[in-house]
Amino acid sequence: MISTKRKVFLFSFMGLALVCVGLLQSWNVALAIFNMCIISAIMTLGVNIQWGYAGLFNAGIMGFTIIGGLAAVLVSIPPVEATWAVGGTNILLGLIILITTILIAITVWKKTKSLERYRYLPTILIIIIGYALIRITTGPAIEAIENTEAAKTGYLGGLGLPILLSWIVGGVFAAGVAWVIGKITLELRSDYLAIATLGISGIILYIVKNEDWLTRGVKNVNGIPRPVPYEINLQNELWFQNLATFINVPVRDFSTIFVKCCYSALFLTVLFFFVWLSEKALRSPWGRMMRAIRDNEIAARAMGKNVSKRHLQVFVLGSAMIGVAGAMMTTLEGQFTPMSFTPLRYTFVIWVMVIVGGSGNNLGSILGGFLIWFFWVESEPIGIWLISSTTGILADNHPVRVHLIESVAHMRYMTMGIILLLVLRFAPKGLIPEEKL
Amino acid sequence: MVDILNSLTLLTNYIIIPGLTYGSQLALGALGITMVYAVLRFSNFAHGELMSFGAMSTILITWLFQSYGLTFGFLPTALLAIPFAATITILYCLATNSLVYEYYREKKIDPTTYLIISVGVLFFTAGLIRFIIGPDDRKFNDGNRFILKAREFKELTGLNEGLAIKTTQGITIGITICLVILLFWFLNRTRTGKSMRAYSDNEDLALLSGINPKKVVIITWVITGILATVAGALYGLDKSYKPFIYMYLVLPVFASAILGGVGNPIGAIVGGYVIAFSELIFTFAYKKVAGYLLPESLAPTGLIQFLSTDYKIAVSFVILVIVLLVKPTGIFSGKTI
Repeated sequence: MISTKRKVFLFSFMGLALVCVGLLQSWNVALAIFNMCIISAIMTLGVNIQWGYAGLFNAGIMGFTIIGGLAAVLVSIPPVEATWAVGGTNILLGLIILITTILIAITVWKKTKSLERYRYLPTILIIIIGYALIRITTGPAIEAIENTEAAKTGYLGGLGLPILLSWIVGGVFAAGVAWVIGKITLELRSDYLAIATLGISGIILYIVKNEDWLTRGVKNVNGIPRPVPYEINLQNELWFQNLATFINVPVRDFSTIFVKCCYSALFLTVLFFFVWLSEKALRSPWGRMMRAIRDNEIAARAMGKNVSKRHLQVFVLGSAMIGVAGAMMTTLEGQFTPMSFTPLRYTFVIWVMVIVGGSGNNLGSILGGFLIWFFWVESEPIGIWLISSTTGILADNHPVRVHLIESVAHMRYMTMGIILLLVLRFAPKGLIPEEKL
Repeated sequence: MVDILNSLTLLTNYIIIPGLTYGSQLALGALGITMVYAVLRFSNFAHGELMSFGAMSTILITWLFQSYGLTFGFLPTALLAIPFAATITILYCLATNSLVYEYYREKKIDPTTYLIISVGVLFFTAGLIRFIIGPDDRKFNDGNRFILKAREFKELTGLNEGLAIKTTQGITIGITICLVILLFWFLNRTRTGKSMRAYSDNEDLALLSGINPKKVVIITWVITGILATVAGALYGLDKSYKPFIYMYLVLPVFASAILGGVGNPIGAIVGGYVIAFSELIFTFAYKKVAGYLLPESLAPTGLIQFLSTDYKIAVSFVILVIVLLVKPTGIFSGKTI
C-alpha cells in the first residue's frame, strides 16, 4: 500500500511546478501546459487500461489520436457544397462498394474452408475486384473534389454539428477501428503486437496525409469551431470588461486566460468521468478478471475465461479513450495538422507517461501524464537556463554556446530517454505503483 | 523487339536497380535487428536511431576529411569515413549495453520490458543525434554521381529509354554483397561465430559448454554496430540524411526481418529485397511500359498504378501486418543464426 502522503506530495509538487511556470513565465503558458496535461492524462489512462490492467502493448496510440482528430474535423466543419456537388455521389457510391466488398470477402472467407491451401484465392480475387471498382468510381470524383478551390477547400468538409459531439464520435470511431485492429492482431505475441500496431498507426497517418478529399492532407484544416467563446467577442462584452476591471487584469490578458480556463473546465469534466469509470472498472469483478488474465493467462483460460474476448474488449475501451483525447486535442488547437503527427511524440511519449506514472494505477497515470508533459514542454526553457548559467564563462557568441542554445529544443528527447531509463532501473513499478486490491 | 527492350530498360531503371539498392539497405538493417533478436532475444526499437547515429558519425568524419582536403577520387569520401564511423557506433552500442541492457539481461527480464527499455534508448539516441547534428537535411555525397548516365546508355544502344546507375547504387549493392559474405563466413567458419550460434540456439547448453555470455553479447553489439552504420550511411548517401526519416525506416526494416523470420540472417536478406521490390512494384506507374508492349489501339489512358507513390512506405507496413497475421514466424521460420 503506497502511503497517501506520497501521492499528496507528488501531486502538490506537480501543482507547485505549474504555479512556478505561472509566476515565472506567464499564466497563459501555465494554463496551456495544464490543458495539454489533462489531454495527455486521458491518453495515458487509455493506455493504462490496456497495458496496466491487461498487459497489452499498444504502440498505435498515434493512430487513435489521429482518428479522434479526424472525427473533430468531420463532425464540426460545415459541409462544402461545391465539392459535394462535383463528387459527393461517387464518393458515397465508393463507400457502399467498399462495405459490400468487405462483407462479401468475409462471407466468402468463411464459406470456403473446404479449399484448404487455396482458400485465400477467391477472397483475394474479390478484394482486388472491389478495389478496382472503388478506384474507377471514386478516382475522377476525388480529382474533381481536390481541384475545387484547392487553396481554400478542396475537400468534402464535415457535417457542421457542434464540436462537443465530436468528442463522443471520436471515441466511437477509435473504438470501431480498434475493434478491427484488435480482431486481427491481438492473438500475436506481445512484441509483435507492438510492431503491428506501430505499423497500422503508420498506415493511418499516411492515409490522412494523402487523402486530400477527406482531410485536406498536408494543407491542414484550419478554423475548427470552438466549444468556448472567442477572445475577441469576450473583449467586447460589457460584463466581461467589468469583471476584468474588478479583478484588476487587462481585458486582453484576462480574455485569453478566461478562454483557457473554460477549456480546462471542459477537459477536467471528461478526465474526472474517465477516472471514475476506470476506478470502478478496476475494483469490479471485471477488473479482477483482467488482472488474473494478465498475470496468468493459462490459468485464467483454464478457469473458463474467454481471454481473446476480454483482450478485445479492453483494447477497444482503451483506444476509445485515446480517440476522445485526440478529438479534444484537435478542438483545443482549432486545427487538424496531419504533418505534426510523429510516432515519437504521440506514441512513445505517452508510453513514457504510463511507465513513469506507474502502470496499473490510474492516479499514477494521471501523474505521469502531467509530469511528463510538463517536462516535455519545459525542458526547453529549463535547458536554456541551465546552459546560460553553466556556460557563463564563455563569451555570448562562443560557437559551443551558440550551438548548445540552438539545439536546446532537442533536449526534450534526451530528457525523455533519461527519465524513462532511470525510472525503469530504479523504480520499475513507476512513481505510484499498482495497489493490491 | 525494340519495344520489348525499351520496356525492359524502363523496368530495370525504375524498379530493378532502385529495388536492389533499397533492398540492400533494408537487408543490412534487418540483419542488425535479427542479430540482436537472436542473441539478446528482444525487438530493438532503437535500431533505426542506431542506423541514424552511424550515418551521422559518417557525415561528421566525412566533413573532417574534406576539411583536410582528403577525397576518394571518383568514389564518395564517405566510404573512407565508414570504418571510423563504425568504430564510434560500436563504442556507443557497447556503452548502451553496459549502462542499460546488461543489467536487464542478467535479471532475465521479459521481452516486452526489454522493448520498453529500447524505447528509452531510442529517445536518448534521437535526442543526441539532433543535439549534435541538428534536424536538417544533409547531403554528403561527393565524387562522380553516375556510373552509367541515361544519355550514354541511349547513345550506346540506340533505345528510346535511358538506363542510369548512380555511383551510390553500385556502391550499396557491392558493399552489401561483401559484408553479407563476411558475416556468413564469420558465423559459420570461426570459433566465435559458432559460439554465437550455439548461444542463440540454446542458452543453457552454451553456458554449460563454457561459452562466455558476456563475450557473445559484446560481439553481437560489435556486429550490430557495423551493420547499422553501413546501412544508415548507405541510405543517407543514396537519398540524403534526414534524422527523422530513420524513425519511419525502422518499420520497413522490421518488416524485412519479420518477413524472413526474425533471428534468421538469410531470412533478413530475402525479406529486405521482397519488401523493397513490393514497395516499388505497387507504386510504379506502368503506363509507359504498357504503351510499349500493347498495340496502339489498346494504349492505356490512366497511369495504371496500384497505389500513389505517396504510399510507398505504407506498402511495407501493410506487408508487415499481413505477414504477422498469416505467418508470424516468417518465411524461414525458426530463431537461429
